[in-house]
Amino acid sequence: MTSLQTLRRLGGRSGKQLLRVATLLLATTVVAFALVSLSPVDPVQQYVLGVGNVSMEQRAAIADYWGLNDPPVQRYFLWLSALLRGDMGTSLLYRQPVAVIIRERFLNTLALMMTSWLLSGLIGFTLGCVMGLRRGRWLDRVLRALCLMLSSVPTFWLGLVFLLIFSVALGWFPIGLSRPIGVANADVTFGQRLHHLALPALTLSFISFASVALHTRQKLIDVLESDYVLFARARGENTWTIMKRHGFRNVILPALTLQFASFSELFGGSVLAENVFSYPGLGAAVSAAGLNSDVPLLLGVTIFSTLFVFSGNLIADILYGVIDPRIREERPHGQSNRD
Amino acid sequence: MIDPLSLLLDVQNLSVSFRRYQRGLAQTNLNVISDLSLTARAGEILAVAGASGSGKSLLAHAILGLLPANAMLSGVMRYDGQPLNAVRQKQLCGSEIALIPQSVTYLDPLMRVGDQARGAEKSAERMERQREVFRRLELPLPSERLYPFQLSGGMARRVLFSTAIISDARLIIADEPTPGMHLSQAMEALSILRELADAGKAVILITHDVDLALNVADQIAVFYAGTTLEETPAADFAAGPDALRHPYSRALWRALPQNGFEPIPGFQPYPEALPDGCLFGPRCELKTAACEQETPPMRTVRGGKVRCVHAA
Repeated sequence: MTSLQTLRRLGGRSGKQLLRVATLLLATTVVAFALVSLSPVDPVQQYVLGVGNVSMEQRAAIADYWGLNDPPVQRYFLWLSALLRGDMGTSLLYRQPVAVIIRERFLNTLALMMTSWLLSGLIGFTLGCVMGLRRGRWLDRVLRALCLMLSSVPTFWLGLVFLLIFSVALGWFPIGLSRPIGVANADVTFGQRLHHLALPALTLSFISFASVALHTRQKLIDVLESDYVLFARARGENTWTIMKRHGFRNVILPALTLQFASFSELFGGSVLAENVFSYPGLGAAVSAAGLNSDVPLLLGVTIFSTLFVFSGNLIADILYGVIDPRIREERPHGQSNRD
Repeated sequence: MIDPLSLLLDVQNLSVSFRRYQRGLAQTNLNVISDLSLTARAGEILAVAGASGSGKSLLAHAILGLLPANAMLSGVMRYDGQPLNAVRQKQLCGSEIALIPQSVTYLDPLMRVGDQARGAEKSAERMERQREVFRRLELPLPSERLYPFQLSGGMARRVLFSTAIISDARLIIADEPTPGMHLSQAMEALSILRELADAGKAVILITHDVDLALNVADQIAVFYAGTTLEETPAADFAAGPDALRHPYSRALWRALPQNGFEPIPGFQPYPEALPDGCLFGPRCELKTAACEQETPPMRTVRGGKVRCVHAA
């Protein structure tokens, strides 16, 4: 097939995806806004908390100024049009524009999530391969029991245990935050950042590596019992050659998909991990926003996290098309494939 | 008569059983192949013909050493005069002994077929050899860059055949290479096997289609319930029931469409419930008390071998 066809196909695909993300975001704004409107949160109360004595008349004036007395639909469209102009509002808690907070916090969270994402992917895939190759033997049984146990353990509990062991008892890692206290931002070294990142990232990686490992194990077992592996053995290929030629090739695809689709769990997990480790990321910000009724920040993070999880799924989808030849290459004789 | 020099594979009284655990630790053995004997000679096609579920594929797996861990094997297999044990199977498989599998599922769906045809060995000669074999099998050169899902059924079949030819093995085991093919395609596949045999290879053709096998085979081993009841020159099978030695072979001949299409009553016994003595006994019109006493030994009768006390 020609590259032109490929381009056209990819073009059609990305158009479809754009439409999909637009509708998804629109739906998210509607639901999120409706939920916040129905909640007993009083934004004026939250606003005046830090200001001091404010009379009822002044409160009413603020409410009127903000348009809180307008019908919800009108308020929604006011908010949406501001959002479309790139104005996400000002955080009541941090007294900073929401966009600035998200940008700043997300960099911290991104470092945390990507580290744990890589860790869980590598550890999970390796463990899964080991278990699959040794299936039914004692090593497989021990690792599998461990994985099942880990996937049932809550993240925050695991984080607390890690803190107790590695930070408090052994003193290897700092107890919290993303950088040392009392050091100017510009003076913080990469090593110090990594040192602060290690324990939360490890904790966060524990959420998903067990499931990656178990899935990889099952897929590898399917592959090793397949006809083509039997044929490879009939041709005198040993286990390592079979793994190199057929094993990884057939197992990596589902593992990658799973890994990219785990962005949502990663985000959910980061909320807990960041709170346990007092790590100043987006997850900590969103729980603070929730607890303090910081409506603008809450809505901003909701939309942002929707976009983030969608990107993960989108990447998984695109990767599948690039890596899997059954999707990438069309049938010969001009027969039309899916799409 | 049999030239001892051309004898490549000699299987004597091969039995394969699977250990099975039933409730608790109670253990039973499932006999899937019992007392099977056959010989494959260089330059000849031996067709192993039998009904589905008679254990034919397991025979191929036993020769190649591919049986699962819970399989138990007894009997003697000799390749080129030397015992064929697990160590030798590892050495010989892929180089001396090649399998032609049944279907496209034996190809890795994510690997280009050229790479699969060449196998794990990577060299310029291997590449050249693969291209030469593809040319010979009329596989167009660009097809080596295709993935299995892009092949037509016939092309996939030829790719599977190419693996055996590229390896230059002396013993080729083709496991049901023809089902689901048009007659012309099947004949084309069989003619490739004939060419290989004529080039001096020993070919074992495992099939349920005696009729088709008769077109190319030199010898027919009649397979029933995990054993060979008769090994006969293909000419005897073509000649008719009088030239055949075993009642089952004769029944098989009569069941062919052009010979009356007559079935016999009963069905092949399951491995869980094998009869005593002759495995064909319960369906045999010649059955006597002697048939139930013990498994009849393989005897040479009129230039063929048969496992029946009545054969003469």
